[in-house]
Amino acid sequence: MSQATLSPSHARHALGPWARIAALTVCALLTLGPVIWTVSTSLRTPAQSFDLPPKIIPTHPTTAAYRGVFDQLDVWLLALNSTLVTALIAVGQMITAGLAGYAFARLEFRFKKPLFGLVLATMMVPLQVTIVPVFLVLKSMGLTDTLLGLIIPAFPTAFGTFLMRQYFLGMPKDLGEAAMLDGAGPWRIFRSVYAPLAAPGLAIVGVLAFNYHWNEFFRPLILETSGQNYTLPLGLVSLQGNLGTGSISVVLAGVVLSMLPAVAVFVVGQRPLREGITSAGVNR
Amino acid sequence: MTSTQITTPVRTPAGQSPAPRRSPRDRGTRLLATLFLAPTLVGIVVFTVVPIVGSVVLSLFQWNVIDSPSFAGTANYREIFGNSTVLVSFRNTLVFMVFAVALQMLVALALALTLTGRMPVWLRSVFRSAFFFPLVLSAASISVVMKYLFNQDFGVVNWLIGLVGIAPVPWLTSENAAMATVVIVYVWQQFGFSFLLFVGGLNNIPKEIHEAASLDGATGLRKHLHITLPLLSPTLLVATVVGVINALQVFEQPYVLTNGGPGDSTRTVVMVIYETAFEQLRFGEASAVGVLLFVLIMAVTALQFRLSRRFVHYQ
Repeated sequence: MSQATLSPSHARHALGPWARIAALTVCALLTLGPVIWTVSTSLRTPAQSFDLPPKIIPTHPTTAAYRGVFDQLDVWLLALNSTLVTALIAVGQMITAGLAGYAFARLEFRFKKPLFGLVLATMMVPLQVTIVPVFLVLKSMGLTDTLLGLIIPAFPTAFGTFLMRQYFLGMPKDLGEAAMLDGAGPWRIFRSVYAPLAAPGLAIVGVLAFNYHWNEFFRPLILETSGQNYTLPLGLVSLQGNLGTGSISVVLAGVVLSMLPAVAVFVVGQRPLREGITSAGVNR
Repeated sequence: MTSTQITTPVRTPAGQSPAPRRSPRDRGTRLLATLFLAPTLVGIVVFTVVPIVGSVVLSLFQWNVIDSPSFAGTANYREIFGNSTVLVSFRNTLVFMVFAVALQMLVALALALTLTGRMPVWLRSVFRSAFFFPLVLSAASISVVMKYLFNQDFGVVNWLIGLVGIAPVPWLTSENAAMATVVIVYVWQQFGFSFLLFVGGLNNIPKEIHEAASLDGATGLRKHLHITLPLLSPTLLVATVVGVINALQVFEQPYVLTNGGPGDSTRTVVMVIYETAFEQLRFGEASAVGVLLFVLIMAVTALQFRLSRRFVHYQ
């Protein structure tokens, strides 16, 4: 992506520069507004939750709502579940996509094209269409209402495989050939030559997996029936149910808590996330 | 080193004949390929291929998990076409898709075009991050937040529009407004995806083309309509195809915001699959709805590619 300071080619815009910056600022405020409101309301007392106009800086900031979340939800358990599920899926996808992507990019074997076609085709299949049989498969394995039942089906990733294949294809062939002339076998070539170069590609797969599965709601809703296996999004929605319209600052404090890791990944992994999303679209 | 270890004839050291086809190295490569592909392929077969076939088979049975399944032929499909809730959910999903995708493209395109103008680099990246930020949040928790913001009596949205003299809107409690609210909340979270694609696509348009157009006297809107949009059309196609596939699967927003109501006005196909299978335990009928959704997604995507032949220009 080019980052030229000023692009004179686009300079003759319908709007003047100040009008454009003003318009973008208003849109950015509308985009971030709900998040800012959530954070600020979570720091207010319940009585002030509905203050209109909403005060961005709470007059008497309090962390009572956050204590309320910990009183009403086993936040540590939910966070532990979410962390376990998300981390294992992310690591699992990096391994499966790294290996399969390498095989499709650099190894020769029979049925390579049809097998790759099969992998690509599964990208088109919505999760919701297969959820009933997937539920039954997991039930026959005794994995419904376990965290493992959430983790294992998420290991294979068609998109991650595709991304890693592109990544390995982008690496020079000469490196592997040179290693081969030095007597390295196919495993050595992968392990010592190509695998170390794949780290940035694997980071994209990992960050995308983290972002998707940390926020995942549909599969946990169906697969996890007992509270001890809930992940954060499920806990939050149940928190709202228990309280009705009671204390909204407690619900919003829960939302803020669950957002924190996603925001951390956004700050640290913005670039791989952006690249992943952009290629997610471009490669479809 | 012996020649049997070399698999690429091109790199064979001078004077030696190419390796025989079935060398130990070949076997090593095939073994490695099998090992490397096994986790992904086994997973895809068990959790995608078998379930697709399973969905089609299951859709021909009546089954509540407890009793043994009984063959029902096309009964589930006939049931669906006689069930007003399911039919309404398909109509809702299509209406949602049209408005959500259109709005998403418009917002994303307008913002991406506005962002390409003259601007300091740091400001550009601040805006880009802001528009992309909602994508990292969970749709479920965002919908919880939006439920308060769109509350008719004490919500910030009604207060804001009140400032410009608009009467409070029953965003979540009236049949007409509820679908609009679901669309707004969905687009608010999703437009960043198309926005990122458009920003990337605009960056790929060669500057010379715009300069030539400016020299010919093209300005502002005309330039966008006749030059930028055709050049961006491959990206637009990708964004709408992905947007449509995602929109047809909408679940979290209507589930949390309205739970399908009021009435059935925001009940979507995926909500019906969820309710039929996991609340009413009618697995056969839920699979039939899933199969129809799959056919719908394929049909709409195929239609888009067909239409795109007339509108998409590749450089």
